[in-house]
Amino acid sequence: MKIVVCIKQVPDTTEVKLDPKTNTLIRDGVPSIINPDDRSGIEAALQLKEKVGGTVTLVSMGPPQADVALREGLAMGADDAILITDRAFGGSDTWATSSTIAAALKKLDYDLIITGRQAIDGDTAQVGPQIAEHLGIPQVSYAEEIEVEDGKLIVKRQFEDRYHIIEVATPCLITALAGLAEPRYMTIGGVFDAYREKEVRIWTLEEIKDTINKDDIGLNGSPTRVKQSFTKQAKGVGKILDDVTADKAVQAIVDKLQEKHII
Amino acid sequence: MSKDIYVLAEQRDGEIKKVSIELIGKARELAKDLDQKVVAMLLGSGIKEKAETLIAYGADEVVVVDNPMLAEYVTEPYTKALYEIIENYNPEIVLYGASSIGRDLAPRVSARVHTGLTADCTGLAIDAETKLLMMTRPAFGGNIMATIVCERHRPQMATVRPGVMKSLDKDETRKGEIKIFNVKFTDTDMNVKIREVVKETKHIADITESKILVSGGRGIGSADGFDKLKELADVLGGEIASSRANVDAGWISKDYQVGQTGKTVRPELYIAAGISGAIQHVAGMEDSDLIIAINKNNTAPIFDVADLGVVGDVNIIIPKLTEAIKKLKLNA
Amino acid sequence: MDFNLSKEHLLVKEMFKKFAENEVKPIAAELDEEERFPVETVEKLAKYGFMGIPMPKEYGGQGADTLAYVMSVEEIAKVCLTTTTIYTAHTSLCAHPIYQFGTEEQKQKYLVPLCKGERLGAFGLTEPSAGTDAAMQQTKAVLHGDHYVLNGSKIFITNSGYADTYIIIAMTDKSKGTKGCSAFIVESSFPGFRVGKKEKKMGIRGSTACELIFENCIVPKENLLGKEGQGFKIAMQALDVGRIGIAAQALGLAEGAFEECCKYVKERKQFGKRISQFQNTQFELADMRTKIEAAQLMVYKVARLKDNKLPFSPNAAMAKLYCSELASDVTRRCLQLFGGYGYTREYPIERMMRDAKITEIYEGTSEVQKMVIASWLKIN
Repeated sequence: MKIVVCIKQVPDTTEVKLDPKTNTLIRDGVPSIINPDDRSGIEAALQLKEKVGGTVTLVSMGPPQADVALREGLAMGADDAILITDRAFGGSDTWATSSTIAAALKKLDYDLIITGRQAIDGDTAQVGPQIAEHLGIPQVSYAEEIEVEDGKLIVKRQFEDRYHIIEVATPCLITALAGLAEPRYMTIGGVFDAYREKEVRIWTLEEIKDTINKDDIGLNGSPTRVKQSFTKQAKGVGKILDDVTADKAVQAIVDKLQEKHII
Repeated sequence: MSKDIYVLAEQRDGEIKKVSIELIGKARELAKDLDQKVVAMLLGSGIKEKAETLIAYGADEVVVVDNPMLAEYVTEPYTKALYEIIENYNPEIVLYGASSIGRDLAPRVSARVHTGLTADCTGLAIDAETKLLMMTRPAFGGNIMATIVCERHRPQMATVRPGVMKSLDKDETRKGEIKIFNVKFTDTDMNVKIREVVKETKHIADITESKILVSGGRGIGSADGFDKLKELADVLGGEIASSRANVDAGWISKDYQVGQTGKTVRPELYIAAGISGAIQHVAGMEDSDLIIAINKNNTAPIFDVADLGVVGDVNIIIPKLTEAIKKLKLNA
Repeated sequence: MDFNLSKEHLLVKEMFKKFAENEVKPIAAELDEEERFPVETVEKLAKYGFMGIPMPKEYGGQGADTLAYVMSVEEIAKVCLTTTTIYTAHTSLCAHPIYQFGTEEQKQKYLVPLCKGERLGAFGLTEPSAGTDAAMQQTKAVLHGDHYVLNGSKIFITNSGYADTYIIIAMTDKSKGTKGCSAFIVESSFPGFRVGKKEKKMGIRGSTACELIFENCIVPKENLLGKEGQGFKIAMQALDVGRIGIAAQALGLAEGAFEECCKYVKERKQFGKRISQFQNTQFELADMRTKIEAAQLMVYKVARLKDNKLPFSPNAAMAKLYCSELASDVTRRCLQLFGGYGYTREYPIERMMRDAKITEIYEGTSEVQKMVIASWLKIN
């Protein structure tokens, strides 16, 4: 089975802290990682390859430093990788991103495309399904389990209150939840092979010019744009209520929970 | 000219999901600012009768697609139906709940229609000058809020986080129009096969996964004290947790222990009930987004890390808090 | 002289950190408390290639290098010295001598499975009367046709009881002194071999240190490693290589203690402020961090010397000497900054302090290292 896994290099947003003095995010020194959902996608692909044979190709759209994320995937056991990178892609929203990645995928031979459900920086969960639409293939998202049976994928698709067991023919796209597969570590030899034996191909706008519509890329190709962004309120000094009635205290707690959109 | 605010009325087994009711409530507000209508889109099989409910909750119109293809949610038939509705009616705005259905369906529709989509919004408003929909959402792992606009494409689409918008009260006297919309489905539209549908309720036992923790220390008095905490946790949709003291005392299993020798947690809400806040405990929870502490002792070190601290008796305050929240949710 | 790590080394370091954090750290306290050998961790180490990091792929190794090896030891030692003790003894003292001195048959039979982690290695030189005075070998090996018969005992053998492959040094010709020792590859299944008393130790309590007893132990002739009379040289070269691993262990231990201490002093409040805000704390940490920086440079340098096939023995001795004494010093000073809580088993620092001491002793005591360095200085 020819499997393509789309991955994204993201800052580890759980490590990002707020500077209480300036109320801005401290992005320096935040490590870059493979998006967790995507890493599970790589593992699922590797497991499928171990079961039924085939190849695992990694694809990522990002700046040049995303090379490290692809090397990590190669060190886990993927066969080859493609980095889609070009200044022209800067400022892309999910439409432009999915269009660009789909244009690259159109040049590849694949049975199954796996993407992560959502990235921990954008948090949209949109790119996977949009890629499927651009390619005109069926999608199954929120996959908690994937099996292969006679060349078809059998997917456990998770909802809040139920799950479906879905049978889907190839070619198709599946979006992976972090819980889909416990990602293996890179092997030590695998790391050295990733740099010495395996290749990360670089594709710029030039390589996909025959499959992409130039109106769909970058900032100008994006239907949505960010008008404004702001950091959430930094934690101030805590407030302590001493010597109040129980009812007043409960009201204060309820108010706080509502203020923070918890209830 | 695109017009009106369309809301996907999500249903499962014929039951309209709460998020859709919330969205209709919000859509009414936005409609007022635009001087336009609120139209609910109801997709399903044998679903026509539910259209009235949507009107009672604030929709001016309901577009109904009733077809066996739509009995269980599958991406392609639902996408096709919504696409045809949008092409036919040309809405200004389309809203979906950010559920596991909405977040699968909306992006597919947005790509087919070629328009912008903003995910998981916690705020929606109409800009007074431009009349554009301002869609506000958390990004960067929740560390920042971004306001997004979709200027040149229609409809402007957004998925909205459940539990954030406010529903309107049900008003059976409201009047509205119900339109039956026919979609010509073919066999190839069902491009996947549902082998099995299994209904279940999920229970997260892992405290490190829970977004809300109600944690008990010595101050809860006895093992039974956790019952009251469990009630509060349930009503908030969270999990209970514990300090080491109670685990050592055998009141609860070590799986629930937060702290240096237990687990490290960083939930959105950590309620520390009767916990003194010794350094070994604090090390395991100090990165929680919102910390609320209740303790009898006003010098308890937990108050140094709490965003809101209450000096009082946990056994009185927790049950009262549970009641207050239950009341609020009933009235919503 | 490039002090930067290559891309491969930076990426593999990420792997080591994650592995240490997720697979080793969670059970480190338990291994110490229960004096338990981490069988499950050894399986994972084998699976991910830790048991043959610097060995060539053709012999089942990872085809990496000594630098990657010391970095792995450094990262894992930060959280558990027991675990690093197990696989450094295996790699430096058992796999490496076979790689250096073994015949092709011996390499295929033993080195390949050792590197894959299918065999666990150990090294037996130390005897009741032969510690620092390693030449005082009493264990005898006598040739009888197609096999040797070994009689004697070894003590304090790391991995004993779990290892199946031992490099054993025994006297084949007493008249020749150190040139009368030979090295043998002894499998635990050979008749006449048994594991005796298990020592109860101050630290690295999950690592075993048992007695090995040879009672007419039959060792096939083909299992002679190198030539008769080369045993002492093989042992000394093994220890030379081993020293690099020990230095990396001690470095990692010091770094781990330092990191735990920094975390604690930022949280602990006394006299109305965090103890990290007191000058004493800051000066102590600054001093320790400076010495750790020097230690790391020494360890990485000796690894690069070996990888570049340059003489490394004096550097290995200097690194081992410096890092082991630093580990004892740093762990002690960090515990002092923890205060009373640091003395309890709730925090890992007391275990780190107990673990540190052995690095000054095994694979050549600090005094032996000084002998090696002085000899190299030709100061006599």
